[in-house]
Amino acid sequence: MALTQYKYMDMIHRCFRCGYCKFPQDWEDVDNCPSYARHRLESYSNGGRLWLIRAWINGEIELSDHLADIVYSCVACKNCEEMCPLSFSDDILNMVIAARNVMVEQGRMPPAVKKYLENVQLHGNPYGLASKKRSDWMEGLSIDPFKDQEYLYFVGSEGAYDSRAQFAAAALARLLQRAEVSFGVLGNDETDDGNEVEMLGEDGLLEMVAEKNISRFKALGVKKIITLSPHTYNAFKNIYPRFGGNFDVKHYSQLLPDLIKAGRIRPPKLENVSITYHDPCFLGRWNGEYNAPRKALQAIDGAQLIEMARNRKSALCCGGGSGNYYTDLLGGSEDSPARIRARQAHATGADILAVACPNCLTMLEDAIKVEGLEEKIQVKDIAELLSDPA
Amino acid sequence: MDSINAALIDIVGEDYVSNRTEELFTYSKDLGTSEPQWPDYVAAPKTAEEVSRIVKLANEHKLAVVPLGGGMSLAGLALPLRGGITLDLKRMDRILALDEKSRFIVVEAGISHGKVTAHLHKHAPHLMHSEPGAPAAATIGGNLAIHGQGDLAHPYGFNSDMINGMEVVLPTGEICRFGSCALDNDWYTLHPLPDLQLFLGWSGCTGIITKVSLRLFPCKAIAEQDMFIVEDEDLVPEILYELTHVGMAEDLMAISQEIPPPFNRLHCILVNLSGDSKEELEFKRKLLFDGKLTKYIKDGTGGIGAVGQRIERPQVSKTSDWRKGGGFEYVGAIVPVSFYPECYRRGSEISQRHGIPYTVLGRVIGSGHGMMFSWTYAFNRADEDTVRHAREALHETDEMVLELGGTLWKPAVFGQKLVMDRMDANTLQMMKKVKHLLDPNGIMNPGNWEVV
Repeated sequence: MALTQYKYMDMIHRCFRCGYCKFPQDWEDVDNCPSYARHRLESYSNGGRLWLIRAWINGEIELSDHLADIVYSCVACKNCEEMCPLSFSDDILNMVIAARNVMVEQGRMPPAVKKYLENVQLHGNPYGLASKKRSDWMEGLSIDPFKDQEYLYFVGSEGAYDSRAQFAAAALARLLQRAEVSFGVLGNDETDDGNEVEMLGEDGLLEMVAEKNISRFKALGVKKIITLSPHTYNAFKNIYPRFGGNFDVKHYSQLLPDLIKAGRIRPPKLENVSITYHDPCFLGRWNGEYNAPRKALQAIDGAQLIEMARNRKSALCCGGGSGNYYTDLLGGSEDSPARIRARQAHATGADILAVACPNCLTMLEDAIKVEGLEEKIQVKDIAELLSDPA
Repeated sequence: MDSINAALIDIVGEDYVSNRTEELFTYSKDLGTSEPQWPDYVAAPKTAEEVSRIVKLANEHKLAVVPLGGGMSLAGLALPLRGGITLDLKRMDRILALDEKSRFIVVEAGISHGKVTAHLHKHAPHLMHSEPGAPAAATIGGNLAIHGQGDLAHPYGFNSDMINGMEVVLPTGEICRFGSCALDNDWYTLHPLPDLQLFLGWSGCTGIITKVSLRLFPCKAIAEQDMFIVEDEDLVPEILYELTHVGMAEDLMAISQEIPPPFNRLHCILVNLSGDSKEELEFKRKLLFDGKLTKYIKDGTGGIGAVGQRIERPQVSKTSDWRKGGGFEYVGAIVPVSFYPECYRRGSEISQRHGIPYTVLGRVIGSGHGMMFSWTYAFNRADEDTVRHAREALHETDEMVLELGGTLWKPAVFGQKLVMDRMDANTLQMMKKVKHLLDPNGIMNPGNWEVV
């Protein structure tokens, strides 16, 4: 029996499964879809996934744990949307998220996804850690709570809790302070941004999280927001307006070119260092920002920016999107997208792999270690690179 | 655990084997109108040795083996008609050698055409291979297994005429090489050894192609597509004859389609030209247009539709959305170029009868030695009635092709039977003997090209 609550029933059959969704812009290979790159079975391509979803919705196959894994193995990187030549391409990721909506309603998500959502609901972060530890990243820094400053600096759950991402969060705070940007933080009152909750299909929890954040922002008089994470940036820019939250939101990398130009940030001088930059999906393909991070990196004296063959719209996702940095449905293989991306970065000969996302930072740093490349290439957030004194 | 599944896992690794419903469902489906056919296992090997071990395992258990490339034939040729193991060959996708001076590239057969094109564009931009009109995910091996053609068909013929050597896993598991590579030499020629080419066009019924040496051809710096339009379909063969006499085009096609409406009932002759300079391009354009097409413009029977258009990668999958339904399938046939008018007329009648906007296309092969003519029928995957109409239209077209004296290209099982019904009895018997000799247990893609 067909599941009538599925939103894209009148459209999902239109996927032809031609396989364009697997390629990057230059057609270099069929491995630019992270889940297909990892598994290399058609069921894990987006076309295969859409055909499976349709079969489940139509009652041709049962919802199983394996089907749930396949549906949740999509990291929402939007490569498929970029490459699909058909007129409904803007909705092919939404078709996957809509299937997750139904799985959530039925409580049939993979256990790690369930845990992720429970943790956000109960603790305000996916790690299930106490809210009183949320401001641990600020230890040793003197940062004012948000009151009436120009910007709210929203750190996000990864920057607040992940031990590696905390360095990036702190580096950005130091950088903003050095640039004399007027900002404050929410500290332990911050909660998850809800971006991954949307991607994982938990609409009810998303509404709760978004409304909680929006009412807090409004109560505090927040008008302008700087985010550490492109995921947060996407949530505030593209999701919160649906709930009445309209803020002037910037990913931090978007402020950097003007701050550098104005002399408020003096990039460090490096000695003959080459840097390659990994485009985060939620900054690049989701929001079209490819230039600002590059401009910031190009301002570093003594550094040469080398592009990976897959860059900008063709960048291979680190595999951490849609909560996969926590749920890890694509891990455990040399074909895990983060490991492929680490090898792509190393192939440029760069000394530093620069990122602008705490998820990418942790995913890629782990991958570099597993690949045994830590002596050859370092992973750094752009905030970390620029916060080193000039 | 299922012992076959365990054995497959032992060969290719746990990540690349499945006997779960989700994978079996996925591989039971073709993109065209074929009914689903479920495999019992799916495996994605990485090497010819793994393929060989799987084939030997299948022989032990008398299990069918169905090799699958990009799955773009649309005719159900890689559907497991008798269950068994579907072998997804797309992990076998390495580029093994590129010899620019001898103009060949050696690849594993599961590589996509898109990857080969991108590699050449990056590493040898002055060389190209013949890329089919199928989506870029179509594989080199799959295309050879169906005698495909591509965008260099006019100067160089079928893609299966453009190979310098092959490695094949035989149905009994031996790994064989054909051409100079069989002598452990480089992969520079298929000839002059005794002809053992029993694999091309067999849809995997006689073995699994695992490596290929592809001939490469000069890729000029500038390329363009020009269009000449006529209303009278009877003019198309003579125009193509004139153009093939000049021999300057890279690709020559005639297309007529109901959508978009302004092109309905017109015949667009697409001419791909290339040159290393604007002067070269202009020279070729003059020879073709001034030398051969002006007379049609003067007598009012033809006109220039476009000149100097950029050649985009074919986006044939857009055809699938004409009925907002995610599906199309076509009958392809190899016919003399002179058949174009009748093929068009009969095809548009069939389309009209089934309420499907007509689309026909003819691609010139060689110097007018033949034409691949296709009749495309779009359908709505969610509307079984339109699927049925498309299927019936395909069958009627198969019959019409043979009635006209054409030869079906990569026919589905329905068309294969029609072909074999008309085949010379001695030839048919030889097919049967070849198949039995190579595949004594009948495990390779059974149900296809099966002589009763």
